[in-house]
Amino acid sequence: MSRTIQPAPVRKTLTVPASPERAFEVFTSGFDRWWPRSHTIGKGPLKEAVLEPRVGGRWYGIDDDGSETNWGDVLIWEPPGRLVLAWRIGTDWQFHADLLTEVEVTFTAQAGGSTRVDFEHRHLERMGEGAGGARDTFDSPNGWSGILQGYADAVRIG
Amino acid sequence: MANQNLAFRALADATRREVFERLAAGPKAVGELAEELPVSRPAVSQHLKALKAAGLVTERRDGTRRLYQIDPNGLGEVRAWLDRFWDTALVAFQTEVARTAKHHSRKPKK
Repeated sequence: MSRTIQPAPVRKTLTVPASPERAFEVFTSGFDRWWPRSHTIGKGPLKEAVLEPRVGGRWYGIDDDGSETNWGDVLIWEPPGRLVLAWRIGTDWQFHADLLTEVEVTFTAQAGGSTRVDFEHRHLERMGEGAGGARDTFDSPNGWSGILQGYADAVRIG
Repeated sequence: MANQNLAFRALADATRREVFERLAAGPKAVGELAEELPVSRPAVSQHLKALKAAGLVTERRDGTRRLYQIDPNGLGEVRAWLDRFWDTALVAFQTEVARTAKHHSRKPKK
């Protein structure tokens, strides 16, 4: 049966007082510094928010008790202009490896040294599909310690 | 946040999601849904009530019939919730860039 649910993507545009390089860096390697602590699907409270700086890298939250909740992964990594993340959280508040909605963020230099940030979260219609299916048990594999330090080095741009 | 949680919970139920997806094909009355699905009419009514409360489905009169249809925005509440979610997140991001930009202009070491 055909699915005709097509909610519009969530789109945002904002300007930040920094170069695209800095904006991209803060968004990614600085992820933990700005990600709201209320934004977690874990039992919370959220201790750390992580975005691994490479294609295939994960973005996820670490709760106070050390448990991790996976949010998705990096689909496109093109510093300093473009970043596409997979958001794989369904309407049931669970992570589903086979659910794909996309978050695209682009960074464009503006006159005067600021940067326009265009944000889009699309394919929201897919969120109704995978929810409630086999719950994906994407439990943490190996230790994640040291990853943040890894970032700082990997993503530092000048 | 109450509504958002309702929306998420409403669609976590398999039968309810089935009802929701049937409505995606077009507006339907309770009786029609009950015929298509292996659930009783009162059960369908209950599911519709939950979907309505979650803001996912709306109701309108068509003569003597009562038709249910999907919110014109599709996953209305979920989308609305995500919209607010990203608003908060991006404002926080913007604030952090501004904060560190100031820091950087004073101590340009990073």
